[in-house]
Amino acid sequence: MTNPYHPYPVTIRDIRTETEDKSLKTFTFVFDSPEDESAFDFTCGQFAMLSVQGVGEIPIGIASSPTEKPEVKFTVFNTGKVTSHLHRMKAGDAMGIRGPLGNGFPMDRLAGKNILIIGGGFAFTTLRSFIESARQPENRHRFKNIDVVYGARTPGMLLYRDELAAWEKSGDINVHITVDATDDQDWPYHTGFVPAVTERCAPASDGNTLAIVCGPPIMIKFTRPVLRDLGYRDEDILMSLENRMKCGIGMCGRCNIGRELVCHDGPVFTLAELNGTPGEF
Amino acid sequence: MKPIHIKKEAFGPAMAKAMETYAVAGPVPDREDAKRRHLFRCLEKGETPDLEYTATQLSPKALLFPQAETMFRFKVPSGGKKAPFLEAESFKERPLAVVGIRPYDARAFDMLTLNFDSKDYKDPFFLKRCHQMVRVGLADTTLKDTNFSTACGTGPFDTTALDILLAKTEDAYIGTVITAKGKSFAAAAGFEAGSAEDTKALARMKQEAESRMRPGPDFSALADADTLDLHGEDHWARLAFSCINCGSCTFSCPTCWCFDIQDEVTGNDGVRLRLWDTCMTDLYSAHASGHNPRQERFKRFRNRFMHKLKYFPDKYGQGIMCVGCGRCIDNCPVGIDIRTIIGEMNAKAAGAAKAAGTAKTGGTDKATEAAS
Repeated sequence: MTNPYHPYPVTIRDIRTETEDKSLKTFTFVFDSPEDESAFDFTCGQFAMLSVQGVGEIPIGIASSPTEKPEVKFTVFNTGKVTSHLHRMKAGDAMGIRGPLGNGFPMDRLAGKNILIIGGGFAFTTLRSFIESARQPENRHRFKNIDVVYGARTPGMLLYRDELAAWEKSGDINVHITVDATDDQDWPYHTGFVPAVTERCAPASDGNTLAIVCGPPIMIKFTRPVLRDLGYRDEDILMSLENRMKCGIGMCGRCNIGRELVCHDGPVFTLAELNGTPGEF
Repeated sequence: MKPIHIKKEAFGPAMAKAMETYAVAGPVPDREDAKRRHLFRCLEKGETPDLEYTATQLSPKALLFPQAETMFRFKVPSGGKKAPFLEAESFKERPLAVVGIRPYDARAFDMLTLNFDSKDYKDPFFLKRCHQMVRVGLADTTLKDTNFSTACGTGPFDTTALDILLAKTEDAYIGTVITAKGKSFAAAAGFEAGSAEDTKALARMKQEAESRMRPGPDFSALADADTLDLHGEDHWARLAFSCINCGSCTFSCPTCWCFDIQDEVTGNDGVRLRLWDTCMTDLYSAHASGHNPRQERFKRFRNRFMHKLKYFPDKYGQGIMCVGCGRCIDNCPVGIDIRTIIGEMNAKAAGAAKAAGTAKTGGTDKATEAAS
């Protein structure tokens, strides 16, 4: 029996500061052994435990696309014991990754559909994984129109700024970027909250569109009625949850919402599925 | 099922003999407890399980799922140098025979196994111990008033989760060998074969013990009840009012398995530990952002009972996650009784079912509202 708590040894290849307040950094890792690298076979929307010996482990969504392997990327907000330690680490440092974990986005269900992606703040990471994967020439034909609504508080708080510009320029997906407010007179994108921009820019559902929504609870709360008015059924709205986790493999108990364990049965659920739970998330 | 008969004076030597083949655990007086209450632990050479015990404050689950367990060792990396993650040595334990376990506590091991042996992930520590373990049960003939194990589908003489069942008589332990594992242990210990008389005596003792038990709570309406209805009932704050979220119930419960993961470092050497946790603390489910889906105390209380009585049965289809040992009742500092909680939940569920039935047969609008 293998030990599912045992991380793969990895090395930090690159660290990039994403936001103007320096609270978010993207870490690029490479696996120390080729066997571990191929064993880490993930799909978009999954997460992994970032494991620092002597400090602890944290569950973080995988921000890179499977097409970017052998590198894997995670964008980490500096908030707790492990994340603040990570923010002090340097390229070349050794640590561990355990995973991939969770169900990920239902790629079979998404195939052949229009996709509406709605992201807010730093919950955009696994959405980046999906977009980056879907944009690749070998994958793009598997989906119909792809619309992305992504918002942050200010231009400097947007993740992956260079990539957002490149996506927009490429024209293979429709990108609707917004910020809550900005002093920048030349700001070329939207201003306003994500729900309002969704209302203005997002395509209505013809029954063949799936929405993926990741963001802070307040954004999700006000986006739901917008999507309903645009004709999205609850079973066509996918959400990725983040309950507190320890084991990531459905054993330690704490991430439960009713009988569902976010780490193992999720983190991706349809809104219809969540409506059937006690909603403790 | 082969009867066995061990004279009390022969039991100590039998255990000494068994220890040549097995590591043995059993109930012994706790050296660190002023009252010398019994606990289950692995025994040293020369020690014998004390089958004259009545009850243990903690369940024997620590034998399979220790309160603190090393999952692997590591060196703390320094100066960018590689530092290996090493395996823990707990993979190399000898097969353990637990002698004197109560039949309902053994049944709890099977419930824990449902969690640690899932389709996608296997917990190697728990499962290896569990597969190797021989369970030599001791029928509970000194039942506490708080025990309602028969209502939970097990009982003081339940053989379903045991390899051997023993029962205490005046001068002997009589019993029966249930499995091949039990047969091997009986041979290693040199247990003497019993007679048809012993089998009859065992049946008589079982009947007598079970007939002495008070009627248990009724949870028959919970299986078909709607989860959200049960969760949304307005009685939870009242039921939880006296709960101080101390976690005594979870730590003493034989079927609670929640755990935390922490690193411990001495110098450059570290261990990643798995530690018992309790769903009663706010830190258990608090997000890094500070948001907590179960911030209010009653929500933690509700989650525990809903898990045992609804989420678990719905998830696994194998009944409730409780063996009725009564430890949570005995250990609760504020007198919360799971039987009362079950009773209240079941009454609400039965009421809702009745209202729904009335509505179906042309009841009033009010009844339909109550059911929806």
